[in-house]
Amino acid sequence: MALVVSVLEQGLCYAIMALGMYITYKILDFPDMTVDGGFPFGICLAVVMIRAGVSPILTLPICFAAGCLIGVCTGIIHVVFHVRDLLAGIIMMTALYSVNLRIAGRANLPMYDYYTIFDNNAVNGIFSKLPSVFSKFQTVIVLLIITAIVKLVLDWYLKTKSGMMLQAVGDNDVLVTSMGVDRGKVRIIGLAIANGLVALSGAVFAQQQRYFDISMGTGTAVIGLASVIIGTALLKKLSFFKITTSVVIGAIVYKACVAIAIKAGLQSTDLKLITAVLFLAILIITRDRKKRVEA
Amino acid sequence: MLELKHIYKNYNPGSVNEMCLFDDFNLTVPDGQFVAVVGSNGSGKTSMLNIICGSILADRGEVLVNGQNISNQKDYQRHKTIGRVYQDPSKGTCPSMNILENMSIADNKGKTFGLQMGVNKHRKDYYRELLQSLGLGLEDKLYTKVGSLSGGQRQAVALLMSTMTPLEFLILDEHTAALDPKTADIIMELTDKIVREKHVTTIMVTHNLRYAIEYGDRLLMMHEGSVILDKAGEDKSKMNADQIMHLFNEISVECGN
Repeated sequence: MALVVSVLEQGLCYAIMALGMYITYKILDFPDMTVDGGFPFGICLAVVMIRAGVSPILTLPICFAAGCLIGVCTGIIHVVFHVRDLLAGIIMMTALYSVNLRIAGRANLPMYDYYTIFDNNAVNGIFSKLPSVFSKFQTVIVLLIITAIVKLVLDWYLKTKSGMMLQAVGDNDVLVTSMGVDRGKVRIIGLAIANGLVALSGAVFAQQQRYFDISMGTGTAVIGLASVIIGTALLKKLSFFKITTSVVIGAIVYKACVAIAIKAGLQSTDLKLITAVLFLAILIITRDRKKRVEA
Repeated sequence: MLELKHIYKNYNPGSVNEMCLFDDFNLTVPDGQFVAVVGSNGSGKTSMLNIICGSILADRGEVLVNGQNISNQKDYQRHKTIGRVYQDPSKGTCPSMNILENMSIADNKGKTFGLQMGVNKHRKDYYRELLQSLGLGLEDKLYTKVGSLSGGQRQAVALLMSTMTPLEFLILDEHTAALDPKTADIIMELTDKIVREKHVTTIMVTHNLRYAIEYGDRLLMMHEGSVILDKAGEDKSKMNADQIMHLFNEISVECGN
């Protein structure tokens, strides 16, 4: 039971990040490595803010906004300076490593004695009135609510005119130009929203883990991509699921796979190896990324 | 009115592959004219369209629309008043979206793409009406993904989409070349109908000499970056396919084809 709860907790934290990567990888066809720096960026920003006395709930929009700025930077490097998508992300990822250390002041930063979005007077008050069965799922329930809100807002956005342009630019950017719209700008907007979600996910993860460590970001992009691919490939046949829902489920399935691998006897130090092997396996099984014709 | 003035264009300048395409190229298209352009491969037809649309930039020279120089405008800025249909049917539509979504995007051309709902349900009947005019039965397929339509159907939708909003020019870049002869005829008929209805200035590049003769008010033949035949009005209607074919063969022989 504890294992299931832990898988759900981690899976849901990463699900928000996976929704961001769904925008970059699936919609924009942009393998965005910025995430490896953007996720811990969200974590350390949230930890530092909470330690400084900022309300935990307030850290979420702030981290989202800060993440958007990171996305804009990646976008400008790619669109304005014509640096290749993968390299633009790697440049930002490398730069963010130092930025994160600057923000945190050191390589790890705990915040065990502070209130978080999962553990504060308001939430504890509500759960104290509910039957005690629920208390075990307190974090999961709060996470579910946050993830659901993020998912619904993203669903709504993708249906707006701006959101449709975002989908069009990944689908056929010639059409976007034909519509008199700057396709570079649309790409930057997409990267901004995606990295906003990634940093938001980091902020949520920080409060679930209650500490920041500089190594937390390594492999985040791979986890995100794996979640997106599992979600979209495995659940493709189930058309009653919205694609965003599939991505959330994909993140949980991915975390479950990792948990099973560790349960089966692998060490937690093998985590990144498991991550890499799982990702490779998923890529080979789905052979997903179509080679698109250069427009 | 569209004017190309003293256009120069070199490909691969400074390398051994340097190729001079346009050397002082000039063209004037008055408002409402339907120009058909023919010419062999490499004669500069598509380059000319690309220079008009801003997809490639001329080395020197000016593109004037109604007397205003648009040479410095970016491609997407120019496209606000230009409708363009490509040879490749997949370039004019979004394959992963359905017809309704595609039409909604086209309907919003020239306005801002903000946070309003992308699909306006009140416009659905209007879209249906437009699709009905195509006569391809697409009005019942509003929720079908465009990617699953045939090339001809997609091209028809693309044509509709590029002419939905008020536009200055319609640019047709061999838009029937990838279609089978029967579908090509249907699309060509539709094109003519739309151009006549909207009185829109149109430049159509085609490899089909029959279309070039049958449709349009003016016929241009291009060869190695210059116009070698320019017939409009009465002169054009006197031309027949044999004469053009003859001329076409002559230039091709010169090239050694």
